[in-house]
Amino acid sequence: MKKRNEPPSIFLRFFRWYCHPKLLKYIEGDLIETYNAQVDGSKFKADFNFIVDVLLLFRPGIIRPAENRNLTTSAMFKSYFKIGWRSLLTNKGYSIINVGGLAIGITVAMFIGLWIHDELSYDKYHQNYDRIGQVWTGGQNPQTGAHYGGYALQFPVGATLKNAYPQYFKHVLMAWWFGDYTVSTEDEKFARPGVFIEPGALEMLSLKMLSGNYNSLDRQNSVVISRSMAETIFGQEDPINKTLSIDNMMTAAVTGVFEDIPRNNKFGEVKFFAPWALYVSAQPWLQKSADDWDNQMTNTFVELQPNTSFTEVNEAIKSLYKKNVPADFYATIDKYKPFVQVVPMSTWHLYSEFEDGRPVGGRITFVWLFGIVGVFVLLLACINFINLSTARSEKRAKEVGVRKSIGAVKKQLVTQFLAESMMVVILAFVMSLISVALLTPMFNQLADKEISLPFGQPAFWLIAFGFIVFTGLMAGLYPAFYLSSFQPVKVLKGVLRTGRLRSLPRKILVVIQFSVSVTLIIGTIVVYKQIDHARNRPIGYYRSSLITMGLTDPAFDNKWNTLKTELLATGVVADAGTASQPLTEIWNVTGGYTWPGKDPNLEASFGNVRVGQDFGKTVGWEIVAGRDFSPDLKTDSTNSIIINEAAVKFMGIEDPVGKMFTDLDDKGNVKWSREIIGVVKDIVAGSPYQPVYQSFYLRGSGETSVLFVRIDPSVSANDALPKIQKAIEKVVPTAMFDYKFVDDAYGAKFSQEQRVGNLAAVFSVLAIFISCLGLFGLASYVAEQRTKEIGIRKVMGASITSLWQMLSKDFVTLVIIACVIAIPAGYYVMDLWLAKFEYRTEISWWVFIGTCAAAILITLITVSYQSIRAAKMSPVKSLKTE
Amino acid sequence: MKKYQLGEFEEIVILTIAVLYKEAYGVSIRREIETRLSRKVSMGALHTALVRMEDKGYIKSYDGEATEDRAGRPKKYFQITALGKKAMEYTKDTRNDLWKSIPKVALG
Repeated sequence: MKKRNEPPSIFLRFFRWYCHPKLLKYIEGDLIETYNAQVDGSKFKADFNFIVDVLLLFRPGIIRPAENRNLTTSAMFKSYFKIGWRSLLTNKGYSIINVGGLAIGITVAMFIGLWIHDELSYDKYHQNYDRIGQVWTGGQNPQTGAHYGGYALQFPVGATLKNAYPQYFKHVLMAWWFGDYTVSTEDEKFARPGVFIEPGALEMLSLKMLSGNYNSLDRQNSVVISRSMAETIFGQEDPINKTLSIDNMMTAAVTGVFEDIPRNNKFGEVKFFAPWALYVSAQPWLQKSADDWDNQMTNTFVELQPNTSFTEVNEAIKSLYKKNVPADFYATIDKYKPFVQVVPMSTWHLYSEFEDGRPVGGRITFVWLFGIVGVFVLLLACINFINLSTARSEKRAKEVGVRKSIGAVKKQLVTQFLAESMMVVILAFVMSLISVALLTPMFNQLADKEISLPFGQPAFWLIAFGFIVFTGLMAGLYPAFYLSSFQPVKVLKGVLRTGRLRSLPRKILVVIQFSVSVTLIIGTIVVYKQIDHARNRPIGYYRSSLITMGLTDPAFDNKWNTLKTELLATGVVADAGTASQPLTEIWNVTGGYTWPGKDPNLEASFGNVRVGQDFGKTVGWEIVAGRDFSPDLKTDSTNSIIINEAAVKFMGIEDPVGKMFTDLDDKGNVKWSREIIGVVKDIVAGSPYQPVYQSFYLRGSGETSVLFVRIDPSVSANDALPKIQKAIEKVVPTAMFDYKFVDDAYGAKFSQEQRVGNLAAVFSVLAIFISCLGLFGLASYVAEQRTKEIGIRKVMGASITSLWQMLSKDFVTLVIIACVIAIPAGYYVMDLWLAKFEYRTEISWWVFIGTCAAAILITLITVSYQSIRAAKMSPVKSLKTE
Repeated sequence: MKKYQLGEFEEIVILTIAVLYKEAYGVSIRREIETRLSRKVSMGALHTALVRMEDKGYIKSYDGEATEDRAGRPKKYFQITALGKKAMEYTKDTRNDLWKSIPKVALG
């Protein structure tokens, strides 16, 4: 027989695939006949013609019609939803657990999503977001090699960037730190945060100007205020050209109004912009610093030219000091390898922590953390859905059997169950939308945010839709395949027995649920414990009923004694004192000190605090050696110094009292030398998670910058405050009584951790609640399933206790397994978190034992309700049926 | 009035079916058109035309024999129906009318 030549099989297959079944055999016959007629001449030509024919046959009239067009699928879906809705209604208890649990999970996930969105959109209000940066200066400790640095720049850096590197920058704007200022009209005073910055800021930040324009700050005595500030100060009046006085030192005319910047921006708190030149003109000491390369105090913001990048700019300005600092001074600082860089706006918020001089981390950790928590909580809710649907499968098994025997194929059943789970998810989603809308104010308070549901944005609905589909698939896929795989013969005969293996996936899911929940709870407890640990550490002074306020108004100069007399005369003040800075911060760290026995290579930097005569007594510091400053010794204000315990340790000397402490300038000449008269217990001024920094306290210039008033403990603060205000206003009528409780200022140090702790607490409580909800459903299912067994056992004489034990044992075992998984997981994660704090709590064993015991107890309570109910049922009733 | 619709290609195909009489099936129709009219006919165009005319009721088909050349696929023979005949005549008549109506001068 001659060898058959085959036409190209792929095209033949293609033809068979698209051709209308009615025509297939005839046309295929025609094709093959034509092919065979040609193939003896040239196979290539025959192939080619075959292919052309197949391709040209691909046209309407020959192509098969699309599948199942004749079925109206919408009716099918309508029936799915109807059946689904009915099965929800018949099992109200389960439906509530299912939909409710899922709604809670989605609510949590939605809040976390909004929170993350808010965090990630920080500073994006500004159009030039990706080209704005702030200049940062850093260096290396020559002994340890450790990097240090910050945003405080030497005054001349700004001008140098402008003059020496003009090709890189569109704007180089020198600025002072954001601060609270007293803004006053002729008859009213307001405390408002503002910033002094060069005029280009309005354009760089792309502010929406309601009146005025981007040139409004060009005149030195001008100020641009936010709309909210204009409304509070001037009401309906036109604010333009009204005069404002700032801190009683500067006067400026309002030249513009801008729309308030949203809060999730670094500049969001700023309510007015005033020219940098105005600030400099009011601060004589700043004018003197214009060429000072030694002191760091100014800020500089920049906007890059569009054609350059941060990497390029940072490479170019790295050597700014080397090229521009006078050579003889540079020689003295060369060993610190000083450099400057521009830190991009995109890292300001989320990557605020620096390592080796690069922004590496910070809040981004929380973004990840909460993201993971959100996914987990949603997962827990989905697991509930999966567990309950598979557990309840027996109820639906008959339905599946009937559907299959009248011709339903597996695909249709999967579609049906998926449609049902979609319905549940949509229901839950609507519920959670409502609860998110209702709970947003509470959440904002908890998280310190201004978040709202972006209903108007199509992107939100798109994400919501994707979310529904994803959750619906995640929750519905397994039950759908599980339910649709029943064999009709078996289920209709009623031999669907759930053996041990059948319930294994369900058990694994319960273990996952509780592992996650218990880990979350362990985490929350450790966070709280750490906050508590730092809050309760000895801080070296008494912070209750102590108030503080800045005496920045120049009218206070040389009035301290009068003020003190007035304050004490109120009768509600126990004591009053002053210092150069607040108790809760380290403002001034200086170096270049020496003392007898100093290691010549030690870089000696100290916190440098000027304190008034009455400071120690007022705040209640504790002298551990030597004595406090004495009012009787005039020499104490020039010749004495007090150091803290950390300083003693740092200096490495014993018996410091009586030793001399000397300040040297760059060239090694003595600036001053003072006798150490006392050692004071460490005062926690910086981060409460770090060891106390070595510091000294001395009397001198600036010692009356910040006021401390100890209110008489027998008087309530509400009574005392108006009297103190009156006393202050008697001395300086223009002064603003802008006080703070030191207790609050100290508490503010914990706000971030506290907030994280609170959020974590809410989430983990919800997580365990969702898990218990699922367990409750499962327990009631098991109890129902074993009704007959329990009845027989009771007839045979089992007691309620033993039945309760039997029913609860399974679940408790699962939770114990979950605890065993959660303990190492929780330990590992929290150990990692704690490592970033130097002053940290230990993860004690009771945290684990306590959490696990609580988890088991909650499980028992959840399960017991169902198991005791089942155990108490009369056997007559349970055995009578059927 | 569009009483009988017969496209130009359809007309050729139906005429060819008539010519072939009992031997009209896909391959033979195609070969006949290609040799008589010296034009290329694609299988796709031919079969669409056949399907369309069968739908209109101008032709009918019946299964023929399956040969080895066709790998066992049956032939589909076509036959002109009474309606098809009317359509052909109608088309021819309209053509003739048109021819007759041409004034002598027009074609020189």
